Amino acid sequence: MSAVADNYSKLQELGIEVFSVSVDSHFVHKMWNDHELSKMVEGGVPFPMISDQAGNVGRAYGVWDEGQGIELRGRFIIDPDGVIQAMEVLTPPVGRKLAETVRQVQAFQLVRQSKGSEATPAGWEPGQPTLKPGPDLVGNIWKVWKPSMEK
Amino acid sequence: MGEQPAGCGRVTGSVLGGPAPTEPPASPEQKGKETTMTVRVGQKAPDFQAPAYHKGAFTSLKLSDHFGKWIMLCFYPGDFTFV
Repeated sequence: MSAVADNYSKLQELGIEVFSVSVDSHFVHKMWNDHELSKMVEGGVPFPMISDQAGNVGRAYGVWDEGQGIELRGRFIIDPDGVIQAMEVLTPPVGRKLAETVRQVQAFQLVRQSKGSEATPAGWEPGQPTLKPGPDLVGNIWKVWKPSMEK
Repeated sequence: MGEQPAGCGRVTGSVLGGPAPTEPPASPEQKGKETTMTVRVGQKAPDFQAPAYHKGAFTSLKLSDHFGKWIMLCFYPGDFTFV
């Protein structure tokens, strides 16, 4: 969570609200923030830390682990209409990479702004050319994009 | 998000709207199996209301109050672990 907190201003610039969820109580969230996270991130955690002790929210999102009584590392990108655009679920031992989430949000924002007339190729980064799906693009993607363009 | 009284009850998150996520009656071969993934991309995010800690205060957060913006919802195994 500290990586997200540390990049919070960047996420805010992109208009992204961040919420974290675990089965810990909100009292424990306060202790974790006060005693550890605030020492890693100046000012402490800037976003709401949600408590889901019974796992109801986790169950609804398919990240509840019945055997361990915990929630898996699930990350969901929800668009302004409340629709899930992307999800990624990892088992506990491996942490996420925030930069990839940011890239995906930027791509989804571009697609939304273009009202679906543009799409982003594999590995797209902001500033790179996009694809404009249509009859002319069929068989011609090689003219606008090739794998070597992926950073 | 309204300020929450910090009572002793074990408050937790609850899913809003739609049928509650009730477990289907477990047939013998289903017993012990994980609940299957219920969400999919392209579908509406399940709404919920849950207690939260935010900048020194205990609040209650309803997901749909924040629709209209992009939301990154992150679950993690537990506090005091690396995330």
